[in-house]
Amino acid sequence: MTSYLDHAATGPMRPEAIEAMLPFLSHRYANPSGAHRFARDARRAVDDAREEFASLVGAEPGDIIFTSGGTESDNLAIFGLGSVEGVAVCSAVEHHAVLDPVAALDGRFVAVDRLGNIDSADLERVLAEGPVRVVSLMVVNNETGVIVDLESLSKVVRKAAPGAVLHSDAVQAYCWTDIANACSVVDSFSLSAHKFGGPKGVGALIVRPGIPLAARQLGGGQERERRSGTQNVPGIVSMVTAARLADGERVSEIARIGNLRDQLLDGLLAALPGTIETAGAARSNRAAGIAHLCIPGVESEALLFLLERGEVSASAASSCASGAMQSSHVLAAMGIESDLARGSLRLSLGWSSTQADVDEALTVIPPAVEQLRKFGF
Amino acid sequence: MQVMVAMSGGVDSSVAAAMLRDQGHDVVGVTLKLWGGESDSGCCSVSDVDDARRVAQQLDIDHLVFNFSEDFDRDVVEPYVADHARGITPNPCIECNRHLKFDRLMARAEALGFDLVATGHHAQVLRTADGRPRLTRGADFAKDQSYVLHMLKASQLENVMFPIGGMTKDDVRKRATELGLRTAGKPDSQDVCFISHTGGGRRVFLGNRIDMHPGRLVDKSGEQLGSVEAVELVTIGQRRGLGIGIDGRPRYALDVDVAGQSVLVGTAEDLDVPSESLHSFGWVDDAARVDSMASSTLTAQLSAHGDEIVVSELRETLNGLEVVWATPTHRVAPGQSIVLYDDNLVVGGGLVSRR
Repeated sequence: MTSYLDHAATGPMRPEAIEAMLPFLSHRYANPSGAHRFARDARRAVDDAREEFASLVGAEPGDIIFTSGGTESDNLAIFGLGSVEGVAVCSAVEHHAVLDPVAALDGRFVAVDRLGNIDSADLERVLAEGPVRVVSLMVVNNETGVIVDLESLSKVVRKAAPGAVLHSDAVQAYCWTDIANACSVVDSFSLSAHKFGGPKGVGALIVRPGIPLAARQLGGGQERERRSGTQNVPGIVSMVTAARLADGERVSEIARIGNLRDQLLDGLLAALPGTIETAGAARSNRAAGIAHLCIPGVESEALLFLLERGEVSASAASSCASGAMQSSHVLAAMGIESDLARGSLRLSLGWSSTQADVDEALTVIPPAVEQLRKFGF
Repeated sequence: MQVMVAMSGGVDSSVAAAMLRDQGHDVVGVTLKLWGGESDSGCCSVSDVDDARRVAQQLDIDHLVFNFSEDFDRDVVEPYVADHARGITPNPCIECNRHLKFDRLMARAEALGFDLVATGHHAQVLRTADGRPRLTRGADFAKDQSYVLHMLKASQLENVMFPIGGMTKDDVRKRATELGLRTAGKPDSQDVCFISHTGGGRRVFLGNRIDMHPGRLVDKSGEQLGSVEAVELVTIGQRRGLGIGIDGRPRYALDVDVAGQSVLVGTAEDLDVPSESLHSFGWVDDAARVDSMASSTLTAQLSAHGDEIVVSELRETLNGLEVVWATPTHRVAPGQSIVLYDDNLVVGGGLVSRR
């Protein structure tokens, strides 16, 4: 059997989410901006979805901007949020969808500690260096699973940069944190459907009332002129269906999947001497679905091939345009020695993960590591 | 057999992969990401990787990308730059074959359980009468790449395959066309992969990494005849950019003295030397050394597509080998490789020492 352990990259759609989109791919095909009965039907579906999504994430319907996904939402936020003159600031462990726009704007970066926690003293220092327009701090790190303490960091931001807009990349967080609560302290946050059982190509940027946002994509004026382009009606309806299901199961799934994750970590730590939990042994501040390890004496690239042959799909760090694995900027920012970082392994779980996936991984991974260590890899 | 085939995104390795598949091997294609900077095929050679992946999909074989860019920087690019800074002209393709395509890739292939590594080089492996593996020229002599593969030891030759080595380039392209591979008409790769011509070539690449120094052109009598912009960019044997002598004959670089910021120039005859000293010399195996020392049919190749030069004698020296030519031959730039052949079989090779 195959063990799919790459849910943080993407996972299977929930069947209900597939079902929900089908009518909008067939007979309910209209453009919601139109002026006829078919259009009103599609418009109604989008409005219903917007209202339900708003209540699920702790926002008002008018705050929701449907987009093509997390990367678009983060780009829209970093380039467009705020009205004061100033730079963009983010943590050094953000996803590239935030990191690269901040770099493109000559922004500044905040350090993290050895366990991947954002250094609040450094945040204060960076904010004091000059005027800041937007600050972006993620909720859950996509590699290590570290859950950021937004509540206390938001206080630092409000005090040190009162004119700045505080944005949060919550793409990896929906299943593992109470989003409405976690994001109550930020002005804006982004989500992506395929990270919680919805389809690829749809997501949202949520912007609180009164927070200035300059559009990047101009045209038909959809989404209150903040994001032009015909709405992806099937995607939006499907995303909200997935969001509803994930929200309803969140508490029980965190317990169930957290237990599977602990079995993975404990099993591999016991079987593979020298292996470390990348973000430390305390798991309470980490997403239940992400297990991140560094295995000394192996190269991830080689390990992943053996795992694939053993029917275990996992990941190490992010890939570049060529498909080659790149060394992780997250692990580098945490100060993980390159020898250890070279053997990084991320196993991530989701709604469809089972005990059998974990058992398979624990059967396949240790001998694969042993084989590589034997050859000095 | 489980075969890992290195796929560059070119037509030769595409057809090599196809042939292995058709021979019934369990084939996995691998593209090496070697250079992360700008190049003529785009950043990270994305388009080459796309071609390799697409061909693998067409052939229905697995395809992986291995990121060896750190190794490539350390083992190929950094030495290339450092050598130029001291007036030595290395061949980075040979160092890449030595360190990356074979040492590194073969070690990884073995660790992953593969039996063989294959590439799309125009070269062949034969057996001697007593069963020793020997590298020989590709069937298409004009495309022969045995020179750049000379570092392969007999033990490595046991575990490599060159599936298209017995074919002509035309046949390779014909086969690619029959298979409908998108790489069928792709031009051969040229020059050094990590140097972008649109980005200013070697002059800009090296200029961004090392200090360049203007140099004096002097003749044997020590008289200054002119100057060059950067002594680090002059290669021994080079004619271009050095002007014409007062006798109306072209001038060639005979020697480069980076520290003294001067280039000794002379006529084509002045380039001729009776022998070359090699260091870092490696024999294919010990039998090749024994046989070659006694052989009277040795030839040498001095560049990737150079003519065969007849060798009259080999002298083992303290740190290498002196190769004596049957007739005086143009000198070779230090850092370049000289490869010895006996009856078209590669017996060994090494790097040219400074005079």
